Amino acid sequence: MNRVPLEQKVLSENDRIAAELRARFQEHGVLCLNLISSPGSGKTSLLERTLETLPRHDRVAVLTGDIQTENDANRLKRFHFPVKQITTGGTCHLDARMIERHLADWKLEDLDLLLIENVGNLVCPSSYDLGEAAKVVVLSVTEGEDKPLKYPSIFFKSDLLVLSKIDLLPYVPFDIDIAAENARRVHPGMEIVKVSCLMGNGLHEWMMWLAERRQAHNRLAQQTAS
Amino acid sequence: MHEMGIANSVLEAVRTEMRRHPGTYPCKVGVRIGEMAAIDQDALRFCFEAMILETDLAALELAVEVCPRRHRCQACAHEFVVRDYDSRCPQCDSLASTCISGDELELAYLEVEEYEPSTAGTKSTQ
Repeated sequence: MNRVPLEQKVLSENDRIAAELRARFQEHGVLCLNLISSPGSGKTSLLERTLETLPRHDRVAVLTGDIQTENDANRLKRFHFPVKQITTGGTCHLDARMIERHLADWKLEDLDLLLIENVGNLVCPSSYDLGEAAKVVVLSVTEGEDKPLKYPSIFFKSDLLVLSKIDLLPYVPFDIDIAAENARRVHPGMEIVKVSCLMGNGLHEWMMWLAERRQAHNRLAQQTAS
Repeated sequence: MHEMGIANSVLEAVRTEMRRHPGTYPCKVGVRIGEMAAIDQDALRFCFEAMILETDLAALELAVEVCPRRHRCQACAHEFVVRDYDSRCPQCDSLASTCISGDELELAYLEVEEYEPSTAGTKSTQ
Protein backbone atom coordinates (compact mmCIF):
# COMPACT_ATOMS: atom_id res chain seq x y z
CA MET A 1 0.00 0.00 0.00
CA ASN A 2 1.25 3.44 -0.93
CA ARG A 3 -0.16 6.75 0.37
CA VAL A 4 -0.01 9.62 -2.11
CA PRO A 5 -0.46 13.13 -0.70
CA LEU A 6 -3.02 15.12 -2.72
CA GLU A 7 -3.14 18.50 -0.94
CA GLN A 8 -5.67 20.16 -3.16
CA LYS A 9 -9.07 21.72 -2.68
CA VAL A 10 -12.04 19.49 -3.40
CA LEU A 11 -13.64 22.29 -5.41
CA SER A 12 -10.39 23.31 -7.09
CA GLU A 13 -12.06 23.63 -10.50
CA ASN A 14 -14.73 25.97 -9.13
CA ASP A 15 -12.07 27.90 -7.20
CA ARG A 16 -9.96 28.25 -10.35
CA ILE A 17 -12.84 29.78 -12.32
CA ALA A 18 -13.79 31.98 -9.36
CA ALA A 19 -10.22 33.27 -9.16
CA GLU A 20 -10.32 34.12 -12.87
CA LEU A 21 -13.63 35.95 -12.41
CA ARG A 22 -12.25 37.84 -9.41
CA ALA A 23 -9.23 38.93 -11.45
CA ARG A 24 -11.51 40.12 -14.28
CA PHE A 25 -13.75 42.02 -11.83
CA GLN A 26 -10.65 43.59 -10.33
CA GLU A 27 -9.26 44.54 -13.74
CA HIS A 28 -12.49 46.28 -14.76
CA GLY A 29 -13.21 47.79 -11.35
CA VAL A 30 -16.44 45.84 -10.88
CA LEU A 31 -17.62 45.29 -7.31
CA CYS A 32 -19.32 41.89 -7.20
CA LEU A 33 -21.57 40.96 -4.27
CA ASN A 34 -23.10 37.54 -3.63
CA LEU A 35 -26.47 37.72 -1.82
CA ILE A 36 -27.43 34.59 0.10
CA SER A 37 -30.41 33.68 2.29
CA SER A 38 -33.09 31.06 2.89
CA PRO A 39 -35.87 31.03 0.29
CA GLY A 40 -38.28 33.89 0.93
CA SER A 41 -36.09 36.05 3.17
CA GLY A 42 -36.33 38.99 0.80
CA LYS A 43 -33.28 38.99 -1.47
CA THR A 44 -35.31 39.94 -4.53
CA SER A 45 -37.23 42.62 -2.61
CA LEU A 46 -33.95 44.09 -1.39
CA LEU A 47 -32.66 44.14 -4.96
CA GLU A 48 -35.89 45.77 -6.18
CA ARG A 49 -35.53 48.55 -3.65
CA THR A 50 -31.84 48.89 -4.47
CA LEU A 51 -32.37 49.18 -8.23
CA GLU A 52 -35.26 51.56 -7.65
CA THR A 53 -32.99 53.84 -5.61
CA LEU A 54 -29.91 53.80 -7.83
CA PRO A 55 -29.65 56.47 -10.55
CA ARG A 56 -30.80 55.30 -13.98
CA HIS A 57 -27.37 55.81 -15.53
CA ASP A 58 -25.63 53.73 -12.86
CA ARG A 59 -23.49 50.92 -14.24
CA VAL A 60 -25.19 48.06 -12.40
CA ALA A 61 -26.20 44.56 -13.45
CA VAL A 62 -27.91 41.66 -11.70
CA LEU A 63 -27.64 37.91 -12.05
CA THR A 64 -30.40 36.11 -10.22
CA GLY A 65 -30.40 32.38 -9.52
CA ASP A 66 -33.29 30.02 -8.99
CA ILE A 67 -33.95 26.36 -9.56
CA GLN A 68 -36.81 27.16 -11.94
CA THR A 69 -38.71 30.12 -13.46
CA GLU A 70 -37.75 33.54 -14.79
CA ASN A 71 -39.92 35.23 -12.14
CA ASP A 72 -37.16 37.07 -10.31
CA ALA A 73 -35.56 38.40 -13.49
CA ASN A 74 -38.97 39.63 -14.61
CA ARG A 75 -39.45 41.42 -11.30
CA LEU A 76 -36.04 43.07 -11.59
CA LYS A 77 -36.06 43.94 -15.29
CA ARG A 78 -38.56 46.75 -14.87
CA PHE A 79 -35.80 48.96 -13.43
CA HIS A 80 -34.03 49.02 -16.82
CA PHE A 81 -30.71 47.68 -15.62
CA PRO A 82 -29.28 44.57 -17.28
CA VAL A 83 -30.70 41.52 -15.50
CA LYS A 84 -30.23 37.88 -16.31
CA GLN A 85 -31.87 34.84 -14.74
CA ILE A 86 -29.79 31.76 -14.04
CA THR A 87 -32.03 28.71 -13.75
CA THR A 88 -30.03 25.90 -12.27
CA GLY A 89 -32.55 23.18 -13.12
CA GLY A 90 -32.26 21.52 -9.72
CA THR A 91 -28.90 22.56 -8.38
CA CYS A 92 -29.28 24.20 -4.97
CA HIS A 93 -26.55 26.84 -5.41
CA LEU A 94 -24.79 28.88 -8.06
CA ASP A 95 -21.26 27.95 -9.02
CA ALA A 96 -18.51 29.96 -10.67
CA ARG A 97 -19.01 28.36 -14.08
CA MET A 98 -22.66 29.48 -14.18
CA ILE A 99 -21.53 33.05 -13.47
CA GLU A 100 -18.84 32.88 -16.14
CA ARG A 101 -21.33 31.56 -18.70
CA HIS A 102 -24.01 34.15 -17.95
CA LEU A 103 -21.54 37.02 -18.04
CA ALA A 104 -20.35 36.04 -21.50
CA ASP A 105 -22.37 38.64 -23.45
CA TRP A 106 -21.97 41.51 -21.00
CA LYS A 107 -18.99 43.81 -21.21
CA LEU A 108 -17.42 44.11 -17.76
CA GLU A 109 -15.93 47.47 -18.72
CA ASP A 110 -19.51 48.80 -18.84
CA LEU A 111 -20.17 47.78 -15.24
CA ASP A 112 -19.23 49.05 -11.79
CA LEU A 113 -21.46 46.83 -9.68
CA LEU A 114 -22.59 43.26 -10.20
CA LEU A 115 -25.19 41.93 -7.78
CA ILE A 116 -25.64 38.17 -7.70
CA GLU A 117 -28.74 36.77 -6.05
CA ASN A 118 -27.94 33.18 -5.13
CA VAL A 119 -30.45 30.32 -4.98
CA GLY A 120 -32.41 30.47 -1.71
CA ASN A 121 -30.38 28.22 0.57
CA LEU A 122 -28.30 28.94 3.66
CA VAL A 123 -26.02 25.94 3.33
CA CYS A 124 -24.65 25.01 -0.08
CA PRO A 125 -23.95 28.48 -1.54
CA SER A 126 -21.41 29.04 1.23
CA SER A 127 -19.09 26.41 -0.29
CA TYR A 128 -19.02 27.90 -3.81
CA ASP A 129 -16.86 30.92 -4.44
CA LEU A 130 -18.30 33.00 -7.29
CA GLY A 131 -15.40 35.45 -7.48
CA GLU A 132 -17.33 37.98 -5.40
CA ALA A 133 -15.70 40.70 -3.33
CA ALA A 134 -18.09 39.95 -0.47
CA LYS A 135 -21.00 37.78 0.52
CA VAL A 136 -24.08 39.38 2.04
CA VAL A 137 -26.45 37.21 4.06
CA VAL A 138 -30.11 38.16 4.45
CA LEU A 139 -32.10 36.87 7.45
CA SER A 140 -35.75 37.78 7.89
CA VAL A 141 -37.43 38.25 11.25
CA THR A 142 -39.93 35.50 10.48
CA GLU A 143 -37.08 33.00 10.75
CA GLY A 144 -35.47 32.09 14.09
CA GLU A 145 -32.96 34.32 15.82
CA ASP A 146 -30.78 31.22 16.24
CA LYS A 147 -30.25 30.85 12.46
CA PRO A 148 -26.64 32.11 12.70
CA LEU A 149 -25.87 29.35 15.22
CA LYS A 150 -27.64 26.68 13.17
CA TYR A 151 -26.06 27.68 9.86
CA PRO A 152 -22.77 29.19 11.01
CA SER A 153 -20.81 28.82 7.79
CA ILE A 154 -22.63 31.45 5.77
CA PHE A 155 -22.75 33.95 8.64
CA PHE A 156 -19.06 33.34 9.22
CA LYS A 157 -18.21 33.99 5.59
CA SER A 158 -20.48 36.98 4.94
CA ASP A 159 -19.31 40.55 5.47
CA LEU A 160 -22.77 41.96 6.08
CA LEU A 161 -25.96 40.67 7.69
CA VAL A 162 -29.17 42.26 6.43
CA LEU A 163 -31.97 41.64 8.93
CA SER A 164 -35.06 41.98 6.77
CA LYS A 165 -38.82 42.42 7.20
CA ILE A 166 -38.38 44.42 10.41
CA ASP A 167 -41.85 45.90 9.89
CA LEU A 168 -43.11 42.49 11.10
CA LEU A 169 -41.30 42.69 14.46
CA PRO A 170 -44.41 43.66 16.43
CA TYR A 171 -46.14 40.48 15.22
CA VAL A 172 -43.44 37.84 15.61
CA PRO A 173 -41.54 36.53 18.63
CA PHE A 174 -38.17 37.47 17.14
CA ASP A 175 -35.61 39.19 19.35
CA ILE A 176 -33.52 41.23 16.96
CA ASP A 177 -30.80 41.89 19.57
CA ILE A 178 -30.38 38.16 20.18
CA ALA A 179 -30.20 37.56 16.42
CA ALA A 180 -27.46 40.20 16.13
CA GLU A 181 -25.64 38.78 19.13
CA ASN A 182 -25.79 35.27 17.64
CA ALA A 183 -24.44 36.53 14.31
CA ARG A 184 -21.56 38.22 16.11
CA ARG A 185 -20.83 35.10 18.16
CA VAL A 186 -20.25 33.26 14.88
CA HIS A 187 -18.61 36.24 13.20
CA PRO A 188 -17.16 38.74 15.69
CA GLY A 189 -17.50 42.30 14.42
CA MET A 190 -19.99 41.39 11.69
CA GLU A 191 -21.67 44.44 10.15
CA ILE A 192 -25.46 44.44 10.44
CA VAL A 193 -28.21 46.53 8.85
CA LYS A 194 -31.90 46.22 9.69
CA VAL A 195 -34.32 46.87 6.86
CA SER A 196 -37.93 46.76 5.85
CA CYS A 197 -38.26 46.68 2.08
CA LEU A 198 -41.99 47.22 2.46
CA MET A 199 -41.82 50.33 4.64
CA GLY A 200 -38.39 51.56 3.62
CA ASN A 201 -36.80 51.56 7.09
CA GLY A 202 -33.08 50.95 7.11
CA LEU A 203 -32.73 51.08 3.34
CA HIS A 204 -30.64 54.20 3.69
CA GLU A 205 -28.14 52.27 5.86
CA TRP A 206 -28.02 49.47 3.29
CA MET A 207 -27.46 51.93 0.44
CA MET A 208 -24.75 53.66 2.49
CA TRP A 209 -23.01 50.33 3.08
CA LEU A 210 -23.20 49.62 -0.63
CA ALA A 211 -21.88 53.07 -1.55
CA GLU A 212 -19.00 52.76 0.91
CA ARG A 213 -18.11 49.35 -0.45
CA ARG A 214 -18.13 50.71 -3.99
CA GLN A 215 -15.90 53.63 -3.03
CA ALA A 216 -13.45 51.37 -1.21
CA HIS A 217 -13.41 49.02 -4.19
CA ASN A 218 -12.75 51.90 -6.59
CA ARG A 219 -9.87 53.15 -4.47
CA LEU A 220 -8.39 49.67 -4.40
CA ALA A 221 -8.79 49.25 -8.18
CA GLN A 222 -7.12 52.63 -8.81
CA GLN A 223 -4.23 51.78 -6.49
CA THR A 224 -3.72 48.45 -8.23
CA ALA A 225 -3.84 50.12 -11.64
CA SER A 226 -1.32 52.84 -10.79
CA MET B 1 -27.71 19.10 -0.46
CA HIS B 2 -24.56 19.81 -2.45
CA GLU B 3 -22.75 16.77 -1.08
CA MET B 4 -23.43 14.94 -4.35
CA GLY B 5 -21.37 17.56 -6.19
CA ILE B 6 -18.67 17.37 -3.54
CA ALA B 7 -18.56 13.55 -3.79
CA ASN B 8 -18.34 13.83 -7.56
CA SER B 9 -15.42 16.27 -7.32
CA VAL B 10 -13.62 13.89 -4.94
CA LEU B 11 -14.10 10.98 -7.37
CA GLU B 12 -12.95 13.08 -10.34
CA ALA B 13 -9.79 13.98 -8.43
CA VAL B 14 -9.24 10.30 -7.61
CA ARG B 15 -9.57 9.32 -11.27
CA THR B 16 -7.22 12.10 -12.36
CA GLU B 17 -4.65 11.08 -9.78
CA MET B 18 -4.95 7.38 -10.71
CA ARG B 19 -3.72 8.12 -14.23
CA ARG B 20 -0.36 8.87 -12.63
CA HIS B 21 -0.17 5.50 -10.90
CA PRO B 22 -0.48 2.77 -13.50
CA GLY B 23 -0.62 -0.79 -12.20
CA THR B 24 -2.34 0.21 -9.00
CA TYR B 25 -5.90 0.63 -7.78
CA PRO B 26 -7.19 3.15 -5.20
CA CYS B 27 -8.32 1.81 -1.82
CA LYS B 28 -8.82 4.88 0.34
CA VAL B 29 -9.21 8.61 -0.24
CA GLY B 30 -8.72 11.02 2.65
CA VAL B 31 -10.50 14.37 2.81
CA ARG B 32 -10.28 17.18 5.34
CA ILE B 33 -13.49 19.01 6.18
CA GLY B 34 -13.61 22.03 8.41
CA GLU B 35 -16.49 22.31 10.83
CA MET B 36 -17.36 25.67 9.23
CA ALA B 37 -17.36 24.22 5.69
CA ALA B 38 -21.11 23.48 5.70
CA ILE B 39 -20.63 19.87 4.66
CA ASP B 40 -22.71 17.16 6.25
CA GLN B 41 -20.43 14.17 6.73
CA ASP B 42 -23.20 11.56 6.65
CA ALA B 43 -24.72 13.05 3.50
CA LEU B 44 -21.29 13.11 1.86
CA ARG B 45 -20.67 9.47 2.75
CA PHE B 46 -24.12 8.50 1.47
CA CYS B 47 -23.55 10.28 -1.86
CA PHE B 48 -20.03 8.91 -2.18
CA GLU B 49 -21.20 5.34 -1.65
CA ALA B 50 -24.11 5.77 -4.05
CA MET B 51 -21.77 7.07 -6.74
CA ILE B 52 -19.19 4.31 -6.51
CA LEU B 53 -21.71 1.49 -6.32
CA GLU B 54 -21.12 -1.08 -9.08
CA THR B 55 -18.30 0.94 -10.60
CA ASP B 56 -14.58 0.18 -10.78
CA LEU B 57 -14.20 2.27 -7.60
CA ALA B 58 -16.75 0.24 -5.60
CA ALA B 59 -14.16 -0.77 -2.99
CA LEU B 60 -12.87 2.77 -2.44
CA GLU B 61 -13.07 3.89 1.16
CA LEU B 62 -13.71 7.49 2.18
CA ALA B 63 -11.84 8.75 5.23
CA VAL B 64 -12.99 12.08 6.64
CA GLU B 65 -10.93 14.16 9.01
CA VAL B 66 -12.97 16.90 10.65
CA CYS B 67 -10.95 20.05 11.30
CA PRO B 68 -12.02 22.27 14.19
CA ARG B 69 -12.23 26.04 13.90
CA ARG B 70 -8.93 27.49 15.10
CA HIS B 71 -8.14 31.11 15.81
CA ARG B 72 -4.94 33.05 16.43
CA CYS B 73 -5.15 35.78 19.04
CA GLN B 74 -4.24 39.19 17.62
CA ALA B 75 -2.91 40.33 21.00
CA CYS B 76 -0.74 37.44 22.19
CA ALA B 77 -0.55 35.20 19.06
CA HIS B 78 -1.85 32.21 21.03
CA GLU B 79 -3.58 29.65 18.80
CA PHE B 80 -6.69 27.95 20.13
CA VAL B 81 -9.71 25.89 19.14
CA VAL B 82 -12.99 27.81 19.12
CA ARG B 83 -15.70 25.81 20.90
CA ASP B 84 -19.34 26.81 21.00
CA TYR B 85 -18.52 30.01 19.04
CA ASP B 86 -16.51 31.36 21.95
CA SER B 87 -13.63 33.15 20.24
CA ARG B 88 -12.20 34.74 23.39
CA CYS B 89 -8.49 33.97 23.77
CA PRO B 90 -8.12 31.49 26.65
CA GLN B 91 -4.67 32.88 27.40
CA CYS B 92 -5.15 36.66 27.51
CA ASP B 93 -8.94 37.08 27.30
CA SER B 94 -8.73 39.24 24.15
CA LEU B 95 -11.72 39.12 21.80
CA ALA B 96 -9.71 40.08 18.73
CA SER B 97 -8.59 36.96 16.90
CA THR B 98 -8.19 35.75 13.35
CA CYS B 99 -9.56 32.51 12.02
CA ILE B 100 -6.74 30.30 10.74
CA SER B 101 -8.59 27.06 9.98
CA GLY B 102 -11.94 25.32 10.12
CA ASP B 103 -13.10 26.10 6.59
CA GLU B 104 -11.27 23.24 4.86
CA LEU B 105 -12.72 21.23 2.02
CA GLU B 106 -9.58 19.52 0.86
CA LEU B 107 -8.29 16.28 -0.53
CA ALA B 108 -5.57 15.05 1.78
CA TYR B 109 -4.28 11.77 0.37
CA LEU B 110 -5.01 8.74 -1.75
CA GLU B 111 -3.97 5.23 -0.81
CA VAL B 112 -3.19 2.99 -3.75
CA GLU B 113 -2.40 -0.70 -3.85
CA GLU B 114 -0.45 -2.52 -6.53
CA TYR B 115 -2.29 -5.17 -8.45
CA GLU B 116 -1.16 -8.72 -7.76
CA PRO B 117 0.60 -9.78 -10.96
CA SER B 118 -1.79 -12.78 -11.36
CA THR B 119 -4.95 -10.68 -11.00
CA ALA B 120 -3.81 -7.58 -12.85
CA GLY B 121 -5.75 -8.48 -15.97
CA THR B 122 -9.02 -9.27 -14.24
CA LYS B 123 -9.11 -6.24 -11.93
CA SER B 124 -8.53 -3.70 -14.65
CA THR B 125 -11.43 -4.99 -16.69
CA GLN B 126 -13.95 -4.86 -13.82
